[in-house]
Amino acid sequence: MQLNIKYYGLLAEATNCNEEVIEFSKSSVSELLDLLSEKHPNLKGKDFQVAQNQEIVSKDSIVNESEIALLPPFAGG
Amino acid sequence: MKTRKPKNVFKDGAISSEFIGESIAKHQSKTSIGAHNIFLGQVRADEIDGKIIAAIEYTAYEDMANAKFHEIREATFEKFNLTCMHIYHSLGMVKTGEICLFVFVSSPRRKEVFKALEYVVEEIKANVPVFGKELFEDASHQWKVNT
Repeated sequence: MQLNIKYYGLLAEATNCNEEVIEFSKSSVSELLDLLSEKHPNLKGKDFQVAQNQEIVSKDSIVNESEIALLPPFAGG
Repeated sequence: MKTRKPKNVFKDGAISSEFIGESIAKHQSKTSIGAHNIFLGQVRADEIDGKIIAAIEYTAYEDMANAKFHEIREATFEKFNLTCMHIYHSLGMVKTGEICLFVFVSSPRRKEVFKALEYVVEEIKANVPVFGKELFEDASHQWKVNT
């Protein structure tokens, strides 16, 4: 499936990318993260959460929505 | 549950004292209110390794952030007896000393607004995807993390 991956804050800086479309053929969030860190080695070791369709999901969740966001620690307020 | 439409919480740049003052004035017609409580988040000039922060540049996953602000509003109205509530957060550049977060809760009674305001601010800090790039005076930067 085609996924729209969004990067924020220090992750946008590390990947030099705000948003990209990728083709994903496996199933879990952790498999997706393996693919993304292969493409962007700077993601390795960074602290972040993953949101699928605007909800935080765990690494063993199944990827079934096209909008995926990688969110570094929050800093609102 | 009462339904309210999601609002856009974000404002471009710092939140001015005029805006805050006008928000207070607008509530003079709501005479069932007996107590307001206001939280203002201000950008602090922290010193880190001898360098001083000059500003924070805020970005957000805006759609998710507005949805989270909306969830927080709904949960707060469920938990506390509030007449009304307003939240504004800055995006873009906010200099030290300027206001980046304005939360305003109102109720007939004071005890509700004390509890509600703390709840709202802590929920925002923990759950809303807003990111802050702390810019030093020498133009270097680091990324803010809420503690």
